[in-house]
Amino acid sequence: MKDELFTIERNELLCRGTYLMRIKGDTSQIKGPGQFVNIKIDGLYLRRPMSIANYDDEGIEIIYKIVGDGTAKMAAMEPGETISCLCPLGNGFDIDAIPDNAILTGGGAGAMPIYKLSKMLTEAGKAPHVVIGFNREDEIFFADEFRAVGCDLTIATMDGSVGVKGTVVDAMKLLKEEGKNDLAYVCVCGPDPMMKAVSEITQDGQFDLGGRMACGFGACMGCTIETKKGPQRVCKEGPIFMQEDIIW
Amino acid sequence: MVDTKVSLAGVVLDNPIIPASGTFGFGKEFSELYDISKLGSISFKGTTVEPRTGNAQPRIADCKAGMLNAVGLQNPGVDAVLAEEIPELAKIFPKPLIANISGFSEEEFVRLAEAMDSEPAVGIIEVNVSCPNVHAGGVNFASDRKETEKITAAVRKATKKPVFVKLSPNVTDIADMAKGCEAAGADGISLINTLLGMRIDIKRRKPVLANRYGGYSGPGIFPVALRMVDQVRHAVDLPIIGMGGISTADDIIEMVMAGASAVQIGAANLVDPWTCIRLVDELPARMEELGIESLDEIRGIA
Repeated sequence: MKDELFTIERNELLCRGTYLMRIKGDTSQIKGPGQFVNIKIDGLYLRRPMSIANYDDEGIEIIYKIVGDGTAKMAAMEPGETISCLCPLGNGFDIDAIPDNAILTGGGAGAMPIYKLSKMLTEAGKAPHVVIGFNREDEIFFADEFRAVGCDLTIATMDGSVGVKGTVVDAMKLLKEEGKNDLAYVCVCGPDPMMKAVSEITQDGQFDLGGRMACGFGACMGCTIETKKGPQRVCKEGPIFMQEDIIW
Repeated sequence: MVDTKVSLAGVVLDNPIIPASGTFGFGKEFSELYDISKLGSISFKGTTVEPRTGNAQPRIADCKAGMLNAVGLQNPGVDAVLAEEIPELAKIFPKPLIANISGFSEEEFVRLAEAMDSEPAVGIIEVNVSCPNVHAGGVNFASDRKETEKITAAVRKATKKPVFVKLSPNVTDIADMAKGCEAAGADGISLINTLLGMRIDIKRRKPVLANRYGGYSGPGIFPVALRMVDQVRHAVDLPIIGMGGISTADDIIEMVMAGASAVQIGAANLVDPWTCIRLVDELPARMEELGIESLDEIRGIA
């Protein structure tokens, strides 16, 4: 981990209610998707943890919705401004443990660590099936990017305007009924109720339990959760946890 | 060359900078970032007799000039701290440590003090009678002078090491509490612990913290901490470890001018993990700029 001063390259509305911020800086310490950064925002005391949705040698992409003071201030930032990030934090997905036909799923802005994951798995010769959920058509983003990666893509919308009507859980059940995937292994990012619902229909997998935290690097114990392995810090031992260890 | 050495009841520190308990774990995470042996001392994670997972989530809330925490003394328990954590920490920090202990009864405090007394890496025992997060409604021993005196006297008997009592700001008369500690044989006072606070999530219409209340720390509490150090300095003749919202060399100098012998840095570690090591460098430079040759020369001068 280091405290890296990134420069904002882009910060724009991606679709209804969802923003993409691309920041330039040293990404050489990032081990893989599922890791996160803890960013300092002027006027707020604690840093804000943000998932790394995508990264390359030159920068990081963060996808966010305005949910509070921190994200509102982020949306008002301009290209050229700098932003201090503790980077990288957390464990990231265990890519070697992901089998060939895994489902990568998530809902909304928090889902996007699976984008980089889908790219890396595809490059490794695996064939993941991506299932992403949104409320409605005008909130859909990254569909073309996922298709460009070359993986199978199923979209679920709550209003049925695109793809399967319902949640990602409904879409996954349908994939099983149609014999397209046995739901044996899943990688999930998104809100807690969604992840819990996914865990109920899958046998095994990895879950991104990122939540409310202070330091982000294991010092304050603010984010500790009880797991089958005992108390674990979401920021340090996580945020990616194996399904068999999670107590929902 | 300015002199940053300070003495805490006979324990001499190279500098007055000490990470505060609960913001530094047992040093491991920070030792990956910088050479922690340059710090004055380390007050390690508050240790209880039994292992504790702490409170339910969420345990953290942001505030305009600081943060609330309701971690609730998560720690692996005294046996694991002695067997695993202190030996690991002592390897990377070969100076006297401050053992922060938290009991739920006089007997537990005695047991913890005896355990720390037998540990050569521990230089000072810091008696946390003031954690706001582990009893319903934030009740703690430090809100009652008689209870504080009783525990202080019992711990004093249980160890030969210097005993510092960590006081809560959530009391009517901090000077009176400090006098009680002095009468009961304390060798020093640490203050202040966090101020009991609350935030409400206006969309959910519920408290942000699962514990409802939490301890407020960060820059917003610095003036309160400074005032209380000043009051305690006038009330007792004991060395004081001052803490509460310190994040700059000037804050340290102010705290010493109010009467502190050393300082602890808490919340700042969580926002900028390099705060303490930066202060180790900045304090002597700032002292030189201000024409201060030693901290002894300005202690309680204000």
